[in-house]
Amino acid sequence: MIAAHGIHKHYGDFHALRDVSIEIPDGSLTALLGPSGSGKSTLLRVIAGLEAPDEGVIAIAGNDVTRLAPQGRGIGFVFQHYAAFKHMTVRDNVAFGLKIRKRPKAEIASRVDELLEIVGLAGYQGRYPSQLSGGQRQRMALARALAVEPRVLLLDEPFGALDAKVREDLRKWLRRLHDEVHVTTVLVTHDQEEAMDVADRIAVMNAGRIEQVGAPRDLYDAPATEFVMSFLGPTATLGGRLVRPHDLVLSRGPAEDAVPVTVERVVHLGFEVRVELRDGDDAQLSAQTTRAEAAALDVEAGQSLFVRAERPAVAA
Amino acid sequence: MPRPATDAVGGAGGPGPSLPPSAPVARRRSRRAVGGVGPLGLGVATLWLSLIVLLPLAAVLVSSLEGGLAGFWDAVSSPPAQRALKLTLTVSAVVTVINAVMGTLIAWVLVRDEFRGKAIVNALIDLPFALPTIVASIVLLALIGANSPIGLDLVATHWAIGIALLFVTLPFVVRSVQPVMLELDRDAEQAAASLGASNATIFRRIVLPALAPALISGAGLAFARAVGEYGSVVLVSGNTPRNQVASQYIADRIETDQPAAAAAMSVTLLLITFAVLLVLRVVAHRRTSREG
Repeated sequence: MIAAHGIHKHYGDFHALRDVSIEIPDGSLTALLGPSGSGKSTLLRVIAGLEAPDEGVIAIAGNDVTRLAPQGRGIGFVFQHYAAFKHMTVRDNVAFGLKIRKRPKAEIASRVDELLEIVGLAGYQGRYPSQLSGGQRQRMALARALAVEPRVLLLDEPFGALDAKVREDLRKWLRRLHDEVHVTTVLVTHDQEEAMDVADRIAVMNAGRIEQVGAPRDLYDAPATEFVMSFLGPTATLGGRLVRPHDLVLSRGPAEDAVPVTVERVVHLGFEVRVELRDGDDAQLSAQTTRAEAAALDVEAGQSLFVRAERPAVAA
Repeated sequence: MPRPATDAVGGAGGPGPSLPPSAPVARRRSRRAVGGVGPLGLGVATLWLSLIVLLPLAAVLVSSLEGGLAGFWDAVSSPPAQRALKLTLTVSAVVTVINAVMGTLIAWVLVRDEFRGKAIVNALIDLPFALPTIVASIVLLALIGANSPIGLDLVATHWAIGIALLFVTLPFVVRSVQPVMLELDRDAEQAAASLGASNATIFRRIVLPALAPALISGAGLAFARAVGEYGSVVLVSGNTPRNQVASQYIADRIETDQPAAAAAMSVTLLLITFAVLLVLRVVAHRRTSREG
């Protein structure tokens, strides 16, 4: 287990981490999710020992490692921009940590081959990083980090520099890899979809604080704060309260708690239909419905309808 | 001139895979591609290079061979010539090694450390570049001459030559390594640390290989400069036959009306520096091309 307790970190006048405490269970894949400047990368680097906290304690597997250099923490770290050793072949990159540990040559060779097999780079041993695509470089970086059998794998926006398609493939692959290898993993991301897709726990961070920690579904369904609600998905404001657009129900006639609205625009997005509305206070909101429901209501621009929230909303 | 056509093609996308050989028309047209140089520009560049560089070199080569190959060999292998050449190359090599180490250290401090007066130190590095070399010689004479304020009279010793060469070649390694150091991938160093590498290992295995091409080219330039240096050495070396660098030997032969011997030594220096620069370039190119 990784435990951070009462962590503070300043950069000059900027208070990057404000009394952050979190526990990351063994074998979990936890995402630190938040906008840029929320402190998520700083927290990851503090756990790695790449930054020293001003206050607070970091413990890995019950040992206080707060004053320990990154070399001694038993971590694997993967950077957004790969941090490949450019002058070394793929083989030498992956073998780096093992050579430092002075393992026997035969053991290193077989371990490197095995890891490259796992990350899908078998046969690339002799290449240089410049001869690999971004996705391949990042998989090499993962193999390099895994080679030393770290107690903790720390990933700092690992897919941030890749294009959308590769990013999606790679995060599915990472999830499968984690199910095979089971190493305790912390992933930093600003992409809520990525966090929901990959992680079994998410810690949402904002302005140097952790807002909420929990399973992706719990955070989505029961967000503790307005920030968590709006960061994890689209929202609409109905009667001064935040709701999900797909929790809005449209009807022709008045119903309990329903608010009269005017349809401004109907947007067909394949299976879904987004209905853009304007309420009595002239505020805009969108409802998301299925094609069937939209057809049943025969929704069109200019129409007057009623809207209500199907589920209890978070107080705004 | 077989190169311009292919160069113009490669110009847009770098040295990528070559085009299929079945496109001669497209090739001729692509010479006008954006950023390409027309035949006129190429002609002017070639002519200028010939006039300014190749023609004088050819002239000195011709005069060095006035007495035939045997005369050339006699001039170069005479004991004074051998002594001057050996002294020059030995001191230059030692100076280059020292400045490679110290230059890298200074660049490291300038890039990685923050301290007061850093801008001044940074500007000071270029002083040997800007200072007329004879002024450097006078400065050194004041420091290590007969009236040395530190009681260190080194004039007419190998040490004096070494110190003069250390002074004038200092900026080469610093200035070639510094920009590369600024661009170093700090993440790679941190990745190495997370994999258990000590600071010494990180420097040796991660930083040094990245600096190597710049370090090698800076050292090559410093060596070439040291081998040919005259002005800064002239006052402190004493100019005795025992303590004469190659450039002084050349000046001496001219003054004593032995132009062929002077030319022969000049051609020898030329060949040595050219060979050194060529080898260093090949080594540096091999390293960089691999890293892309």
